[in-house]
Amino acid sequence: MSKLTDIMQRCQALFEDLHFNAVKEWKAAVPGRKAIGYMPIYVPREIVHAAGMLPVGILGGGDQMEVIQGDAYYQSYICRIPRSTLELGLTGRLDCMDGMLFPSICDVIRNLSGMWQILFKDKYVRYFDVPQNFEDGIGGEYYVHELQVLRDDLGKLAGKPVTDEALRNSIAVYNENRHAMRELYAFRSEKPWQAPTAEVYLVTRAGMLLPPEEHTQLVRDYIAAADAEKRPRRDNARIALTGSFCEQPPLGLIKSIEMSGCYIVDDDFMLIMRWLMDDVPLAGDPLVELSKAFLHRSVSTASKWENKREDKGQYLLKQVKNTAAEGVIFAAPSFCDPALLDRPMLLDILGKHKVPYTAFKYAENTGQMAPIREQAGTFADSIKLWSAA
Amino acid sequence: MSTPIQMMPSSAPKKKPAPVQKEDSMLLQKEMINRNYHELATAHDDGRKIAATFVPGNLNELLMCFNLARSLPETNALQNAMRKRTGKMIMDAERDGHSEDVCTYVKADLGMMLEGDIGPTGEPLPKPDVLLLSYTGCFTFMKWFELIRQKYGGETVMLHVPYQGDGKIAPNMRDYVVKQIKETVIPTLERVSGVKFDIDKLRQYMRESQKAEENLVNVLQSAKNRPSPIDGYFGAVYYIGPIFTAFRGTPEATKYYEMLWSEVSQRVREKKGPVTPEGEIAEEKYRLIVEGPPNWTNFRDFWKMFYDEGAVVVASTYAKVGGVYDFGFRHDADRPIESLAEYCLGCYTNLNFPQRIDMICKYIEEYQADGLLINSIKSCNSFSAGQLLILREVEKRTGKPAAFIESDLVDPRYFSAANIRNRLESYFQMIKQKRAAGAAVVH
Repeated sequence: MSKLTDIMQRCQALFEDLHFNAVKEWKAAVPGRKAIGYMPIYVPREIVHAAGMLPVGILGGGDQMEVIQGDAYYQSYICRIPRSTLELGLTGRLDCMDGMLFPSICDVIRNLSGMWQILFKDKYVRYFDVPQNFEDGIGGEYYVHELQVLRDDLGKLAGKPVTDEALRNSIAVYNENRHAMRELYAFRSEKPWQAPTAEVYLVTRAGMLLPPEEHTQLVRDYIAAADAEKRPRRDNARIALTGSFCEQPPLGLIKSIEMSGCYIVDDDFMLIMRWLMDDVPLAGDPLVELSKAFLHRSVSTASKWENKREDKGQYLLKQVKNTAAEGVIFAAPSFCDPALLDRPMLLDILGKHKVPYTAFKYAENTGQMAPIREQAGTFADSIKLWSAA
Repeated sequence: MSTPIQMMPSSAPKKKPAPVQKEDSMLLQKEMINRNYHELATAHDDGRKIAATFVPGNLNELLMCFNLARSLPETNALQNAMRKRTGKMIMDAERDGHSEDVCTYVKADLGMMLEGDIGPTGEPLPKPDVLLLSYTGCFTFMKWFELIRQKYGGETVMLHVPYQGDGKIAPNMRDYVVKQIKETVIPTLERVSGVKFDIDKLRQYMRESQKAEENLVNVLQSAKNRPSPIDGYFGAVYYIGPIFTAFRGTPEATKYYEMLWSEVSQRVREKKGPVTPEGEIAEEKYRLIVEGPPNWTNFRDFWKMFYDEGAVVVASTYAKVGGVYDFGFRHDADRPIESLAEYCLGCYTNLNFPQRIDMICKYIEEYQADGLLINSIKSCNSFSAGQLLILREVEKRTGKPAAFIESDLVDPRYFSAANIRNRLESYFQMIKQKRAAGAAVVH
């Protein structure tokens, strides 16, 4: 078997394992280890890591898990990720998590934090708020305090305080991981035929479960292995995919888009892996540096306030430009307020800049791929056949 | 005292509407709301600037310091819904690219703008000069003002109010809101309005607020009486109107709440039930707590399903969406900015789930309610996501029956009268059975 096959088999196995065996194994290797789950989009994993714990991304149950108990807590018009996440919790699959972090992304995830407090009373649960004011002296001050609370809480849970030295070490580890992720995304953008997004997705997703040091190596191994493969280059349309930052599409949907004649050259899956856009400095107060990185050097997405009208959509336009994307697919989960309320604004801006786009909705358990393949295929054809004219 | 008046004309009145019973305070409330729409329509001609801001966490007293006319987008949407105008507005917004999945308040507002910005009373509703985004307890607010700004431009100022994830207001949270008010909100409002901030004016408005808040609490808590003299949900939406919108801090609001309390205390003395559009409820058969906003498109039909059965809502969480006053909060003129921050942080939808459940359980006990009814709103994830857990927890903790119905705020497509009526009838049966079972155990 080739190196690439080995890597992909491992990533696929991690993706399919809804019992989080990799986390259990990591914990079992050293008695006393703890794991902290987090939901999309962003939490400062550096603090969890510095506390000696494993940060674990919880992205719902996907399309391989039947949701029974979780559905009993939600009306039909609520998106799927909270119900499948509850299903994971209520069926004991998340018992290996010693705590859960619920970031500020939307009202559904926000309310899920309180539900978790009620349903899983023995676990550490924190709603992790992030500032929508981006001034260091206002939002920054608030955020540093929030980071400190998390640091203190995790220190208590770990039984020892989280030191500045440990934080700096963890920041360095995650800086390196983000380097590797940027390399991966640059590689795919440069040679999308060598790095299909179905693979890039799985490699990235492995970073939700593996310790960052191990994941960094995995990413680099993948790039080397994928680059060494002989793969045919197709005349596909280069597209950027956006809107999928929380509930994840089924893997089959990503494959369907690619099979329809699109190369996905940028996306917003698992944004936490690339949330901070450059290195967090190791000198200075680590919490202040994490705060500054969040306030001034993090990606734009629907759950973040855009202070100026003229800045709206600029991040997406930059993604399009930097990756030479020929069009945008706006793929959002059904009932996703942040994505769907953002959609008209982003599509309007794309239209004004003459960037072709198409839009559809999905759920993590969407089963019918044919309509999506047809829509994406028609979109790719329209780019290839008529865009130049 | 109550006075018969004519229902407001709907867009396509086919037959003469039935006369509606309203208390004098309801008439005064209507007059105040209409006057505010007129002020908005003429603000620019009068040399005034307009601010739009949301109900939860609104800084009405502060906005008045800058002589800004105040427009509340949710109120505009619900007023339009009560006049049967929002169905078309929502469909217009959907044709303009807005998803069928998202908040219908937003789509009704954007639809109204697409249709030429005619407000609920038929007068023009000019574009606001500043959007004060009090980001309190609802994620959608942020997108709502981004959408308006994107389409129509205008200045926007963000006031981020952190969520009470831990069930308390930490000093850090309050300091953050205070800092934003002082360093971002006030300078922006000064610039937009051209008026310098005067803290003594703010204090004066807050003293008025406090008087109105005292009387509002008296009114809401009068429902602890048997029979309840008010309906704490359908009636309360009238009572909260002035204080949750453009009038908190005004002498008119103070007068309104004095008058309201006087009416209600008279009803208490006379042991009268609530006034409904068809007159007084003769017999109070069921006392309910309601969680969730009402449906506005069929408000009267919805209410009728309750009063026809002798069901009175004695307390509701919706009546706390613009301020939780019955647990002690009052605007404090001695700490004006801090108090504004605490007000924002304390609004109902900014409370976490355990707090919301505690509040409902407390209401059930203190108001001697028969049970909880949840009106789950399709549009409103802030209220709705997780309500089924609230239902289970409240049943578990109180032993009282709870029921669940579904509708929407302002989208008439999501109001199914037959379904709701069936569920309510079953629920009332359930309460009866529980009572009978309880009585059997006692005897």
